[in-house]
Amino acid sequence: MIEQPNKNYIQQLSAGDPEFEKKIVGIIQREFPEEKKEFLNNFNNKQFLKTAENVHKLKHKIGMLGFEIGYQTAIDFEEGLKENNPSLFPKFIVILDSIETFLDTL
Amino acid sequence: MNCIIIDDEETARAIIRQLCLHIEELNVIEDFPNALQAIKFLNQQEVDLIFLDIHMPDFTGFDFIQTLKNPSKIILTTSDKNFALEAFEYDCIVDYLVKPITLPRFLKAIQKAQTFINPIPTDHKNTDTPPKEEKNLYVNIDRRLIKIDFLSIYVIEAKGDYIHVKTEKKNYTVHSTLKKIEEKLPKHIFLKVHRSFIINTQKIIDIEDNSVLIAKDVIPVSRSNRPELMKRLNLL
Repeated sequence: MIEQPNKNYIQQLSAGDPEFEKKIVGIIQREFPEEKKEFLNNFNNKQFLKTAENVHKLKHKIGMLGFEIGYQTAIDFEEGLKENNPSLFPKFIVILDSIETFLDTL
Repeated sequence: MNCIIIDDEETARAIIRQLCLHIEELNVIEDFPNALQAIKFLNQQEVDLIFLDIHMPDFTGFDFIQTLKNPSKIILTTSDKNFALEAFEYDCIVDYLVKPITLPRFLKAIQKAQTFINPIPTDHKNTDTPPKEEKNLYVNIDRRLIKIDFLSIYVIEAKGDYIHVKTEKKNYTVHSTLKKIEEKLPKHIFLKVHRSFIINTQKIIDIEDNSVLIAKDVIPVSRSNRPELMKRLNLL
């Protein structure tokens, strides 16, 4: 079963404040596509150290959206990239794609 | 406590701001997407606490710390567990929060920071009265920690699983017991006069046989507690 994103953490943080929830979702919806774009750009140019930085930044959103296995995948991918090993890209991109789909539904 | 947030991720800045709302005493005066802007700000104004991301483009959190001559206390906020050891080589770093940050972990970090920013002098340890710094009490109400000044409290009443804390400005209902709050209160000011009531003896207006008047409240005094109450009074 593939992990799916959720808003549990955001809802805990907002503690019933719909304004905060709306605000944070809006920020993620704006920030995530830019981060994904930069990640793909660096990855396609084989700039693996820069890509590792992008993965590092994306890791926070992956954790926030409830991924546990996915969060570990991001950690492993980041470490791999620092050693010039991009082999976890296919697993990682599935996570990003599911986040993108999820954000479209919010 | 005045604080600032430094993080290149807007989501992280918004989350830390939201977490700070749970601590009434924490005042976020500014947040910055990079360390350089923060340095300019800190050249003009001092703060008590800095929430600092480590991974930032161009200028990392550790680079930032090294530019500070007299650094404020810092809580690192990062998605990387690998820097914990390095972090604690800096005296100014009081805690290390791994993102995504949960509220309980955040509150623990703030408590830690408070002990560094307002340290308890050793000569106040093991005395009946709370240390000088403890002029107030934090109570958890609807997931918010609300600060109540001890001296503003005039009576505390137990009601089932809750206590009502009455102050000059506001009343608070807290899920706790009289016994627990009694342990936190300065003993030379507060006195349990009845199994359901603790009063601030400095707020007494008058006393009758088995009751005291405090503000507009008439509080019963049990027979067994009356002698201690009478001892506290400066009787003519």
